[in-house]
Amino acid sequence: MIDRKPNPKAWLLLLPMLALVAFNAVLPLMTVVNYSVQETFGDNVFFWSGVEWFRQVLLSDRFHQSLLRQIIFSAAILAIEIPLGVLIAITMPRRGIGVAFCLVLMALPLLIPWNVVGAMWNILALPDIGLLGRAVNGLGVSYNFTQQPLAAWITCVVMDVWHWTSLVVLLSYAGLCAIPQPYYQAAKIDGASRWAVFRYIELPKMKHVLTIAILLRFMDSFMIYTEPFVLTGGGPGNTTTFLSIDLVKIALGQFDLGTAAAMSLIYFLIILLLCWVFYTVITRKGQQ
Amino acid sequence: MAEIQFDNLAHSYIKAPDGADDWALKPLDQRWEDGGAHALLGPSGCGKSTLLNIISGLVAPTTGRVLFDDEDVTALRPEQRNIAQVFQFPVVYDTMTVHQNLAFPMRNRGVAETDVQRRVGEIADILGLTSDLNRRAAGLTADAKQKISLGRGLVRDDVNAMLFDEPLTVIDPHLKWKLRSNLKLLHQRFDFTMIYVTHDQTEALTFADNIVVMNEGRVAQVGTPAELFERPRHTFVGHFIGSPGMNIVPCGIDNGCAVIAGRRIAIANANAALHRGGRNMELGVRPEHIRFCDDGIPVTVKRVDDVGRSRIVEITLADVRLKVFVLGNDALPDANPRIAFDPAYTHLYQNGWLAGEDAAHD
Repeated sequence: MIDRKPNPKAWLLLLPMLALVAFNAVLPLMTVVNYSVQETFGDNVFFWSGVEWFRQVLLSDRFHQSLLRQIIFSAAILAIEIPLGVLIAITMPRRGIGVAFCLVLMALPLLIPWNVVGAMWNILALPDIGLLGRAVNGLGVSYNFTQQPLAAWITCVVMDVWHWTSLVVLLSYAGLCAIPQPYYQAAKIDGASRWAVFRYIELPKMKHVLTIAILLRFMDSFMIYTEPFVLTGGGPGNTTTFLSIDLVKIALGQFDLGTAAAMSLIYFLIILLLCWVFYTVITRKGQQ
Repeated sequence: MAEIQFDNLAHSYIKAPDGADDWALKPLDQRWEDGGAHALLGPSGCGKSTLLNIISGLVAPTTGRVLFDDEDVTALRPEQRNIAQVFQFPVVYDTMTVHQNLAFPMRNRGVAETDVQRRVGEIADILGLTSDLNRRAAGLTADAKQKISLGRGLVRDDVNAMLFDEPLTVIDPHLKWKLRSNLKLLHQRFDFTMIYVTHDQTEALTFADNIVVMNEGRVAQVGTPAELFERPRHTFVGHFIGSPGMNIVPCGIDNGCAVIAGRRIAIANANAALHRGGRNMELGVRPEHIRFCDDGIPVTVKRVDDVGRSRIVEITLADVRLKVFVLGNDALPDANPRIAFDPAYTHLYQNGWLAGEDAAHD
């Protein structure tokens, strides 16, 4: 065994990193904390208000509704993107020229900036001039995402599925490719059905990448702003006003700094908490 | 259990093979008896795994047929051939318990649940897995996982052959020996046809009563451990089997004897030597079959390696280097060392093959 003495000078080397984190993460966060416990009437004069803003936000119907919309949205896209992504990954070829083609095809949506995706789908789904909107209406289904809440919701979800299923596909595909051939060969010899191969070999082996996929998609979708903002602007009415859109409205529209700061912190804690729960549940389950 | 036969079997991983080098497995005709323990031995890339995968049905041969008990199975899928295979890296179904793992092949085949329970109980008992039956397979050690892989083959009573693809590679050395003897006992008890692929000669020699030595996609020799040791049919076998391997030195021939540095040496296959020209001739003799004596050929001792219970002496006869095996308590000659070759185990090779036996291979 090598006997290593701790060298306290090593901590000095961490100082630049600490300074960087302090400036780009801790200080801005503390500013938000600062706003969240004070009241101002302008002129940069602040009064201590304690947890008043937090109480107000937590008790407001408006926050409850955006939170509920946010949860439904995240649940919906996870429920679609994860199974769909796994399904596509399983059907993708593992060798030959098809691999490169499929990977590029899958990566394309991920390369498009968020606001461009919003604008694309906005134009595509417009009932009067959009290809999709015209087509759906032409089929006899009344569809107008600027007017109908359900249509707006479906468009938002489909847009997110279009944009982000690829991420789940690529992660699952990487997980599938890492499964050694003997597992498939043993399963063949054991007479396992295609479903049993998926259930007992592929799914358990994909557990880690799927954990990552679920966490990434959950966090991203829970913080989603640009795409629905460009697509629907939170409407019709408030029906697609998700948490971050609501937050921006409060912070920059109404300039309620205290409420917005309190809401930011609550929002942040919710994401942190849910991620921790997800992660713990999934990893614990794997260890049983 | 079944007799396994290969009929003009050959395989190439290239679509349009052209020339001998394109074939991973060169044409092969073999008949392996039912219930035997057969080992496929050879260095990496010699085609042994290809042959194993052809037997199991994971690879379809380019030409030729595979027969189990005279029934052509070449076109059958692995699950239709009723074989079991243990892979180099332990394959277990991580999310299942040991019991579910062992029951899996039977449940897939729709065996009645009472039979499943009975068989799993029996096999777990034999493999020493009974106390782990309700544990998840994922947390077990590599050797326990290999036992599970083996058990998934043993639970089935319709198995034609059990195939082992270097199954002890990832096992700790001190457990290797134990698992190896377990396997041997199981083979004696169940009498399954066993095909064991390995590059480790000790494994092959302890296990098998029929060893198939392969090199460059070709079977170099088939035989019992004693045959491989005493009468290698190819210089590769002589070199590969034994530690150290056979001395192989270029030689001339003269009237039924080999000639090295002007010295005539009596050989076992003298008849063949009588009818040969002198091209590409080599003499092969194991270090165990050369001894120091008072009235032999004079040599020079170059170095002595003590390997524990014996010594390996490197000598030169004129400019020819040879190794000689000397048992622990035998004295080494101090001055004017002389050696003699045991004529019964000194062989003449031509173009690599034992002279007189190469006709079928060129």
